[in-house]
Amino acid sequence: MHLTRDSKLRLATVGGLIALSNSAYGDYGLNLVEPASEITKSVFDLHMLTAKLAFYISVIITVLVVYILVKYRRSSGAEADMQMHKGKFGVFSWLLVPIIVLGIDLSIAGPGTATLHQVEKHVDAELTVKVTGSQWKWTYDYLDNGVRVVSNLQEHEPTEAGYLRSVDKLFVLPVDTNIRFLHTATDVLHAWWVPAIAIKKDSIPGYIHETSTRITKEGTYYGQCAENCGTGHAYMPIVVKVVSKDEFNDWVALKTVEANAAAAEASADKVWSKEDLMARGEELYVKNCAACHQVNGAGMPPVFPALKGSAIATGPVADHLDIVIKGKAGTAMAAWGGQLNDLEVAAIVTYERNAWGNDAGDLVQPADVKSAR
Amino acid sequence: MSDAITHEAHHHGPPTGAKRWLYSTNHKDIGTMYLIFALVMLFLGGAMAMVIRAELWMPGLQLVEPDFFNNLVTNHALIMVFAVVMPAGVGLANWMIPLMIGAPDMAMPRMNNMSFWLLPPAAILLVLSMIVPFFGGGQTVNTGWTLYPPLSVQSGMGMDFLIFTIHVLGVSSIMGSINIITTIVNMRAPGMTWMKMPIFVWSWFFTALLLIVIMPVFAGGVTMLLFDRHFGTSFFDAAGGGDPVLFQHIFWFFGHPEVYVLLLPSIGVLGMIIPTFARKPLFGYKSLVYGMAVLYGLGLIVWAHHQYTIGMSIETTTYFMIGTILISIPVGLMIFNFIFTLWKGSITFETPMLFSLAIILMFSFAGTTGVMLAVVPADLQYHDTYFVVAHFHYALIPGSLFGLYAAVFFWLPKWTGHMYNERLGKIFFWWTTIGFNLTFFPQHFSGLAGMPRRIVDYNMIFTEFNVMSSVGAFTFGLSHLLFLYIIIKTVKGGEKAADKPWDGASIGYSGLEWTVPSPPPFHTFEEAPQVK
Repeated sequence: MHLTRDSKLRLATVGGLIALSNSAYGDYGLNLVEPASEITKSVFDLHMLTAKLAFYISVIITVLVVYILVKYRRSSGAEADMQMHKGKFGVFSWLLVPIIVLGIDLSIAGPGTATLHQVEKHVDAELTVKVTGSQWKWTYDYLDNGVRVVSNLQEHEPTEAGYLRSVDKLFVLPVDTNIRFLHTATDVLHAWWVPAIAIKKDSIPGYIHETSTRITKEGTYYGQCAENCGTGHAYMPIVVKVVSKDEFNDWVALKTVEANAAAAEASADKVWSKEDLMARGEELYVKNCAACHQVNGAGMPPVFPALKGSAIATGPVADHLDIVIKGKAGTAMAAWGGQLNDLEVAAIVTYERNAWGNDAGDLVQPADVKSAR
Repeated sequence: MSDAITHEAHHHGPPTGAKRWLYSTNHKDIGTMYLIFALVMLFLGGAMAMVIRAELWMPGLQLVEPDFFNNLVTNHALIMVFAVVMPAGVGLANWMIPLMIGAPDMAMPRMNNMSFWLLPPAAILLVLSMIVPFFGGGQTVNTGWTLYPPLSVQSGMGMDFLIFTIHVLGVSSIMGSINIITTIVNMRAPGMTWMKMPIFVWSWFFTALLLIVIMPVFAGGVTMLLFDRHFGTSFFDAAGGGDPVLFQHIFWFFGHPEVYVLLLPSIGVLGMIIPTFARKPLFGYKSLVYGMAVLYGLGLIVWAHHQYTIGMSIETTTYFMIGTILISIPVGLMIFNFIFTLWKGSITFETPMLFSLAIILMFSFAGTTGVMLAVVPADLQYHDTYFVVAHFHYALIPGSLFGLYAAVFFWLPKWTGHMYNERLGKIFFWWTTIGFNLTFFPQHFSGLAGMPRRIVDYNMIFTEFNVMSSVGAFTFGLSHLLFLYIIIKTVKGGEKAADKPWDGASIGYSGLEWTVPSPPPFHTFEEAPQVK
């Protein structure tokens, strides 16, 4: 255990706390994550209303039961009232409960419905981002300007603050902007959840769901996949960096330049050397493929087959390209054709055919990938 | 003719050896087998929970791989629901319903035998589903008990074993339910009118009705999954024109009423125990019966509150929200009636009563977090976090498991003819209740702080709550060794129990179970008793 003295102290005190305030701790509280957008603020207020009601009802019931147990315990000489259930109260009291409970229910359902309408109200979006979940990373497509960010887990030690909370590419959003998220998935169910800035809707293959937000505070917000998506479910963090509108525009411009450069580089005309392809291939393999097939190509059989010495990686190059671009139905192997450009596929396939003692020896050029699509 | 009957009656004691149990058509023996089966599976499902909590003890991977972790999560839930709480409930029904209503046995004793003997093969299939991945059976079932596609289509052979497990269990439950309903409708002793029936019998009447409605739907759903997996259909595959969300609707059309299947028998047990130890007739018997009927109806039409995040229309969502919140009315009525049974009573605190009182407090707490979860916008934050895990463990452990413990302590003297050790019983109660609360109370906070369910590993900000939870879980788990010891000790011997071991047991109550000796002879009520 790597606990600081401070956290031991916390451990000792927190068990007995039924506090409804989140002021007790710095980095996390006893309450919902502090809201940073209009919609999460409304939801937070609703949560506080229901939580307080829940708290008071629990206290009232507990106090009532304890009072009864003390007052009517047999050891104090209490005699049972055998006629009580036949009296007026016994006969008509069943009416009381529906009336009281219905009153409480309506006092919750009213604000609940109002907030629900707010959640589902989609004002004209100034920025639309398609958020795609796949095993096990997030892809963000800024539909207004064609920028794409693919966000993977960044490795850390369990003792580091960034463990399971850092990504290689940040998801950048502007503050004070009406943002619309479109949620979908490529393989299984996922759920994109950053509690501070937006409520969650499941990402379902074949569906596109919509959520909206308007973030009110700049900062970095954390979240992770909330719907079980298999082996890497715990390893799909989300980091959102919210910046000023100016900074956001600069960032978009930079990303556009980068994307254009990459596209030009990947254009099919150029013939690449083996060293270049292998170097790029290794980097891309580690990022995209190693989660299942492992860095050393050994895979995790029987689910994720080894690539080292495999029939695909040492056999005909057409089959190899086919499975990488189109995936394999009925297995966890995804179709990568839509996510990687020609150069990237070429580099990965070249790497897989020549690494870990695989000796296919052939080079795959972006032009080959283009014709294989 | 009359000679033959006398002859039969003289020599018809229990058969001996394995045949007594294998061929048994006796409701008491079958009830005992159900209860023993549930107890064995409780330790298996509990052991899985211990591994889960040991893995979550701190950040980083300690014991198990991510896939196996979620396989444990899946099978822990399926075992606890299908192999512990449901069989234990059926065991209680088998033992007590005929005794309470003055029937000589269940209506269909041979079917009763078959309902039970389907359970061990189902349990074997269930355990095999975890083992086959180690022998080339493909991906483990890492879906959680909800078995949502497309993830469950990716799973290997273990998933097929689970599907067949559900088929077998479904057949067993449906037969058990038909038997219970038939018994209640047809086998009541003369004078045992519907509104004189013990509340436990009523609770099982509604439970069995629920099971008959929901089990076929679930069996159909998993069969569609089986076809998607192996026979090229696309019921749940959007790429083939199907719909992954359809399975969620089917699952929760079963899954939500299933909560009441687990809950109602324990509510029935509470309705027996609380009047006994308050020495006062049950308050609001009629409203409890009607409340259960309302719960039955409402329970069937609010399933989608488990899937608010799937993107339903605002009208649909509002309907499910209002419907769900309305469930607080019948549940509130039950709690109210139990509290006012205590009011002006003469209360003592034997172990079954302690459990019942703890259930009132903890289950109503779960009810209040349930209302929080019912409110859609807030649920869009809570959904799939540990807040939900905390909520349903507060609902199901006190709501059904503790109800079963209370029932075991309450009826053990009747079943065995021996009193259990009251001091040990009380120690078990406090030990297990403290362990339970220490396990699950902190999970409300880790959920609110943003910790999702079904993750094998987490950031260190969640460490403290998880350490507390794990310490609580080991405490909770360990307490069950004492439970086992108390049961074995009571079965083996102890102070003789009277026919009616609890002095308040038949106050304002028409049930007949206390009129037979403790333990009851192999055959009871061979001549129908008269209820006044």
